[in-house]
Amino acid sequence: MKTMLKLFSLLCISLLISCGGKEDKKKESFSYEKKATTTQKTAPEIKVTASKKINLTDKGIGPITSVDLGSEINQAMVTQGQGIYNKMCTACHRPNKKFIGPAQAGIMERRTPEWIMNMILNPEVMIQKDPLAKELLAEFNGAPMANQNLTQEEARAVLEYFRTLK
Amino acid sequence: MKQIFKLSVGFLMIAMAFTSCNNSKSSKSNSALNSNAAEKVYVAPGEYDEFYAFISGGFSGQLSVYGLPSGRLFKVIPVFSQDPEKAYGYNEETKPMLNTSHGFIPWDDSHHPDISQTGGKLDGRYVYINANNTPRIAKIDLTTFETTEIIEIPNSAGNHSSSFVTENTEYVVAGTRFSVPIPQRDMPIKDYKGNFKGSLSFLKVNPENGEMSIKFQLLMPGFDYDLSHPGRGKSHGWFFFTTYNTEEANSLLEVNASQNDKDFIAAINWKKIEEYVNNGGGTKIPSEYAHNLYSDENHTATSTMMHEVLQVKPSDVPGAIFLLPTPKSPHGCDVDPTGEYIVGNGKLSANLTVHSFTKMLNAIENKKFAGEAYGIPILKFEDVLAGVVEQPGLGPLHTEFDGKGNAYTSFFISSEVVKWKLGTWEVLDRKPTFYSIGHLMIPGGNSANPFGKYLLAMNKITKDRYLPTGPEVTQSAQLFDISGDKMELLLDFPTIGEPHYAAGIPANLITANSKKLYKLEDNKHPYAAKSDADTKVTRNGNEVHIQMTMIRSHFSPDNIEGVKVGDKVYFHVTNLEQDYDVPHGIAMIGANTSELLIMPGQTETFVWEPKQVGVWPFYCTDFCSALHQEMQGYVRVSPSSSDIKLSWSLGDDF
Repeated sequence: MKTMLKLFSLLCISLLISCGGKEDKKKESFSYEKKATTTQKTAPEIKVTASKKINLTDKGIGPITSVDLGSEINQAMVTQGQGIYNKMCTACHRPNKKFIGPAQAGIMERRTPEWIMNMILNPEVMIQKDPLAKELLAEFNGAPMANQNLTQEEARAVLEYFRTLK
Repeated sequence: MKQIFKLSVGFLMIAMAFTSCNNSKSSKSNSALNSNAAEKVYVAPGEYDEFYAFISGGFSGQLSVYGLPSGRLFKVIPVFSQDPEKAYGYNEETKPMLNTSHGFIPWDDSHHPDISQTGGKLDGRYVYINANNTPRIAKIDLTTFETTEIIEIPNSAGNHSSSFVTENTEYVVAGTRFSVPIPQRDMPIKDYKGNFKGSLSFLKVNPENGEMSIKFQLLMPGFDYDLSHPGRGKSHGWFFFTTYNTEEANSLLEVNASQNDKDFIAAINWKKIEEYVNNGGGTKIPSEYAHNLYSDENHTATSTMMHEVLQVKPSDVPGAIFLLPTPKSPHGCDVDPTGEYIVGNGKLSANLTVHSFTKMLNAIENKKFAGEAYGIPILKFEDVLAGVVEQPGLGPLHTEFDGKGNAYTSFFISSEVVKWKLGTWEVLDRKPTFYSIGHLMIPGGNSANPFGKYLLAMNKITKDRYLPTGPEVTQSAQLFDISGDKMELLLDFPTIGEPHYAAGIPANLITANSKKLYKLEDNKHPYAAKSDADTKVTRNGNEVHIQMTMIRSHFSPDNIEGVKVGDKVYFHVTNLEQDYDVPHGIAMIGANTSELLIMPGQTETFVWEPKQVGVWPFYCTDFCSALHQEMQGYVRVSPSSSDIKLSWSLGDDF
């Protein structure tokens, strides 16, 4: 009990002090294990985050077992896919930057087409069972990929659009 | 040793005392329940109920959805009363639903749900239900379980003999309970007799979309019209209404409306009147009433004021309306599945009166009349009587049918359900209810094809049946198994408001059509933001419109500046989710309204009028995801003189 009291008065004092320091706007009032410092510390061990990992064998879990990409990019499908992406995905994704979820630029070099489509079509199972998707969920603060109920044809069009994102 | 003996005797006595206690308790419950009752109502976790029961909430103004046989509550559909939980009547989209010729009305008394029919069978498309107090009929769409239409009934008061459908849902009827001056005017109340009229409205239903329009209003004598049921099969084309207060008393009805030995069931040949009207008959009378429609396309209701109705007097269509004498202030007016028998539940009579449709037609053909009331022929009681159930109980209210030749009548005063046989009129079984049953329901009981497996009794009084909750205790429903010769009480369950009346239907007639979400691409709300690109904040004078999106687990935008004290801020919020069962909510500190609860693909709007300078948070009210607690945002409110420009952002993305 006594120690509690001591701790409490310590807290009060520190609060008072911080109050006093209010004028000093430039100084950060609060700092605790900021991510930046920790990465600096562990710099020698280069850890690849899930979004940067390359895995061209994992096909994911879901309805898609094989995708025939074709040699040429189908421009009509790209247009359709981009439209769907803008409508259904941009609440959480940006093509070229990390947002709520990862960026899609260069995704064809990191993932199999099957994995991408299964992630779109079957996210609930993917984030629970697919090792890569599980890691991604952790990397993105536990924000789960939402199932936007795209048809397979729509997901395929989105995939075609991804082929144009370098 | 002695001590041990004493101790064991003591134990024995205590044990006996407890056992005898238990015995008396269990023998009491045994009298009401067979041992496998629990099994019969047990629906295992994850399993579905066999039937839906739509139970009106009475003075709650709503319609509750229960499962049978489990008695589990699934949803309370807001109909005639505001519901802050769902923002019904609070958000900008649904406020017009509660508009009437008297202005916005936040409450009503919902009474008699009835499910639409095709060919005399339940089709599971719509539920129609009446508001008693400010007369209205609502339509609930059973793909969304939402109220999608409310039409006001002018020249009516205490809209009680409503909202029953004909066998192909050609019409929904709305009969007045209280007679009133038509048109309304300033006149002495004591001049009621002969001057007041009772209007019976026939609402034509559009077969495509279930929408209602008042086809005609029949101006009947100034009686009270209590309940009604359609003819079916051979009597299709007729509608039957019970009357009381044929004395036309205007005060102390408790005494003055119980003087006549017999009141009437009014038999109305609506097909004949429809033909008359289709040929140009009837008189257009100025009447103000609201017709409110909700659209799933723009998720918005509109209220249109209508200005006239077509009225028909009985004398305009000779041979279309007849009065069947029926003892003592009949309440329920129930037609058996074949359409032959019309049961008058004379609530002050010792006997149940059953009329024969065939005999009625004969009497009409032979012009055997006992007299007339305001020009309407009165048939002779003996000529139309099919039979009498002798002294089955006290205070009969309502009869339903099992489709196997049996009828079940509720008795309010003697608090019981009585099973009797059509044709022989013999009483087969009786079971007490706890307590004071009003209406009862067999799924499909008001159709040619009842599902005679369960009977639901709806009780007005529960007293000692549940844990006490102060002076106000729950009302209840009781489920009976009626598949055998004798009825068996299976379950008690509490209900919302007053469980006034119910309609039941096999679940499989509805589940396949139940909508899972609203498609974003079909959303035509004028302020929808269908993707992040559509989000924006605009100012028009002191009106600020925020077009916002929500998805697990953020609002976009979630930081808004440039709002000023004195502004009227509209939050138009679209749920971008396209997955089943991912609603989001939103609430703003200090907003004088309810939260919004927005289904996937839907847009809803609330208004906030900030009165204080500051930075004010809003947040998601429905636990939507693991990051639900992170789903929040801020609006900066500056003084009205401020020149801070509107700006909005999400992260650093804008």
